[in-house]
Amino acid sequence: MALLSLRGLVKRFGDTVALDHLDLDVAPGEFLTLLGGSGSGKSTLLRVVAGFETAESGAVLLEGRDIAAVPPHARPLNMMFQSYALFPHLSVAGNVAYGLKRDDVPRAERDRRVAEALALVRLQGFERRLPYRLSGGQKQRVALARALVKRPRLLLLDEPLGALDANLRERTGFELRALQRETGAAFIMVTHDQNEALALADRVAVLEAGRLVQAGPPRAVYERPATRFVAGFLGGANVLEGQPDGAGGFDCPGLAATLRAEAPVDRGTAACALRPERITLRPSPLAGANASQGVVEEVAFRGDDSLLLVRAAGGALLRVGHAEEDGAPPPRGSTVHLAWEAAAVVPLRG
Amino acid sequence: MRRLPVAALGLALGLLFLWLPVLLLAAYAFSDARIPFQWGGFSLRWFAALAANARLIEAALLSLRVACGAATLAVLLGGAIGWVLARRGPFRGRALFGALAGTPLVLPDVVTGLSLLLFFVLLEGITGWPAERGATTILLAHATIGAAYVAVLVQARLAEIAPELEDAARDLGASPPVAFATITLPLLAPSLVAGWLLAFTLSVDDVVVASFVSGPAGTTLPMVVFSMLRLGLTPEVNALAVVILVLAAALLAAGALALRLARRRRGPAI
Amino acid sequence: MRRLPLLLPALWLALLVAVPLLVVVALSVSFPAEGIPPFALPGRAEGINGEPFALLLEDPFYRDAFLGAVLVAGGTGLLCLGLAFPMALGLVRAAPRWRPLLLALVLLPFWTGFLPRLGAWIGLLRDEGWINTLLLGLGWIAAPLPLLYSWPALFLGMTHAYLPFAVLPLYASLSRLDPVLEEAAADLGATGPVAFLTVTLPLALPGAAAAFLLVFIPAAGEYVIPELLGPPSAQLVGRVLWGEFFQNRDWPVAAALAVALLVMLIIPILLFQRLEARR
Repeated sequence: MALLSLRGLVKRFGDTVALDHLDLDVAPGEFLTLLGGSGSGKSTLLRVVAGFETAESGAVLLEGRDIAAVPPHARPLNMMFQSYALFPHLSVAGNVAYGLKRDDVPRAERDRRVAEALALVRLQGFERRLPYRLSGGQKQRVALARALVKRPRLLLLDEPLGALDANLRERTGFELRALQRETGAAFIMVTHDQNEALALADRVAVLEAGRLVQAGPPRAVYERPATRFVAGFLGGANVLEGQPDGAGGFDCPGLAATLRAEAPVDRGTAACALRPERITLRPSPLAGANASQGVVEEVAFRGDDSLLLVRAAGGALLRVGHAEEDGAPPPRGSTVHLAWEAAAVVPLRG
Repeated sequence: MRRLPVAALGLALGLLFLWLPVLLLAAYAFSDARIPFQWGGFSLRWFAALAANARLIEAALLSLRVACGAATLAVLLGGAIGWVLARRGPFRGRALFGALAGTPLVLPDVVTGLSLLLFFVLLEGITGWPAERGATTILLAHATIGAAYVAVLVQARLAEIAPELEDAARDLGASPPVAFATITLPLLAPSLVAGWLLAFTLSVDDVVVASFVSGPAGTTLPMVVFSMLRLGLTPEVNALAVVILVLAAALLAAGALALRLARRRRGPAI
Repeated sequence: MRRLPLLLPALWLALLVAVPLLVVVALSVSFPAEGIPPFALPGRAEGINGEPFALLLEDPFYRDAFLGAVLVAGGTGLLCLGLAFPMALGLVRAAPRWRPLLLALVLLPFWTGFLPRLGAWIGLLRDEGWINTLLLGLGWIAAPLPLLYSWPALFLGMTHAYLPFAVLPLYASLSRLDPVLEEAAADLGATGPVAFLTVTLPLALPGAAAAFLLVFIPAAGEYVIPELLGPPSAQLVGRVLWGEFFQNRDWPVAAALAVALLVMLIIPILLFQRLEARR
């Protein structure tokens, strides 16, 4: 049985729809990331699950039990806030012990569990520090320890890495992953950073305008985006507009080319996605489908590869990856011939 | 840096203007003679006269009682008003509520005094209470004025305390009252103390409103001092100024020290 | 239970702020009556009494009371601004280490008691006071100057009492200014005084306006200082209201004066609130 089931959640703030008939299941011990832009409803979703907002309709089931009427302090789950929300007047140990005190955990056990939780996030020796004397990364770990010390089966994390600088983010991300495995709790993590979402999660759920657009393992969502939004949001795929040609192909006037996927393109296809790194440069023009040509407008060096902006014959601007081992990228203004495999073409529903 | 001397000079002159009259007179409160520029020798006779002035002492005790009560009531009420303005979402009549909360801050004393007196007179006509105006009516009037100031302090402070802190407390198992008591209240405490002191000061310093709403039974210290000054200066007023100055300085120093200790222990607020 | 924190203060504000003001308005159109209280609220039998307000409009004594109050409050406001601006500037430019102490020195007189401070001025200004003794001793004057109970004494006392109110908002608005702004002005070719006049001063204007109004609003209704330091001719509105109430026992006229004073102050009050809201 799912640990958490959301059924048909609707939440509006005035005229804006934050959650639009949203369904989602979370399995025990699963690491789920909620990915979406600002205003996609991902933070509202967390606040509804935590109990700070009430959905207008729909159900929040925790282990099969509807918890809509349960106030936040009685819900057996914990949340880590984006701002960390550390209590400024309490020490590190005081912050971590706060939730245990509310549950009337006896003093000795409380001290033991606080020490354990601080050891878990490697903050031994900081017990008496006040939050304002901690670095950003240390605050983040206190917030994590405070949320984990009650041993929740479900932990909600609102942009837990958002306030950290870039080099700390990756390391902390791995630590988060390890902690999740160690504690066995299910994590629901909200983020707007696709790299974070893909790197950490067992499953990624992409939200757009309060609706769940696609959910699945990171690789599957990355490789087979379902809609234009997902394709553009994850990895910056080229979204190619056009029409099915009725013969299993997809006419793309912007490329002045026909696209073919591995299976025939069905009539409901609205556009096709094509990842930059799946496009290859050819020395000579290639006849037939899945090929095009254009003029290089910009070349951006990115370290392990270069990104080319190519103006295709039909007027579309294509992002094309150029790996370093393939030699120097073509200069600006040169004409290039492009080709890709059918497996790289992903038909999009909407 | 070039202009610093001008600004520093302005500050020095302003402080001199503020302090010279007070210090001059305060110093001479210790002089045996009453004549300017003639030091009559160190003497505490004016303080002794002050202590022996039964009417003054009685009024001072009444003022202290009224001010303590008014400040305490002002903190409770002003705290609630500030909380409503900062934390309670929109409700019907919010604009009116906010306007009324700010009104005592801008009303001239004579208008506040007159309006409250009329209210008490009318209330007595309807309910029979207050049968006699005095300490209680002054206390209510001062609490109303003080609450407006406390509300401003509390509202400003609550705006600095992230509402997420209470959310976090509730997420960790605290019911709303417990979250308020364990998180918001401790963070609010410095403002409540400052508000209490401000309301206390306003109360012990007020002569106009108190004169309006008081009756024969209630004569506060400022009312006595005012009548003394009306008849001309008496050295006892100088001695009283010294007493007030010393008390105020001690309170301020204690407050600053407490704040510094609290900072060291807790750090600056979010 | 959840509504208690709203209902209790709302009830208090209604009873002790709104109702009293409404009673003042009602009384200002009431008839005086014999007995205690010496008035009858309108609507009983006699209807509305327009006389108190008519009196205010016709009798030049009342007109002068308002005019005098505006002039004294405005003059006090300007005097306070003139003194407070360099003080605030000095505070902002003082070393951070000294700032709390200097700020306390500005504020502490506020806590020395309003009346004892006026007592200090009486001691300075009266015939046997410090200033006259000094001038007589120097042989500059033959007889004591009538310094106390004069217009200058009134302005001195008012400025002294209200100066801290003006320093604080000015200090707040000046300390929020980014010092980089003046550097930017200097970088663009403005010399020190020009940078001050073209950058700092305009940016401090809202703070200065707030400071002026913060002095003007309470000063307009001031009773105690004109009474203790001013000349008998300084019949300002606060003093007139007090006299009508305590000496003449004409409560309706006192109430009409209060209403008129409020009407006069509404524009400055709204201006002040707008300035505060803009911060």
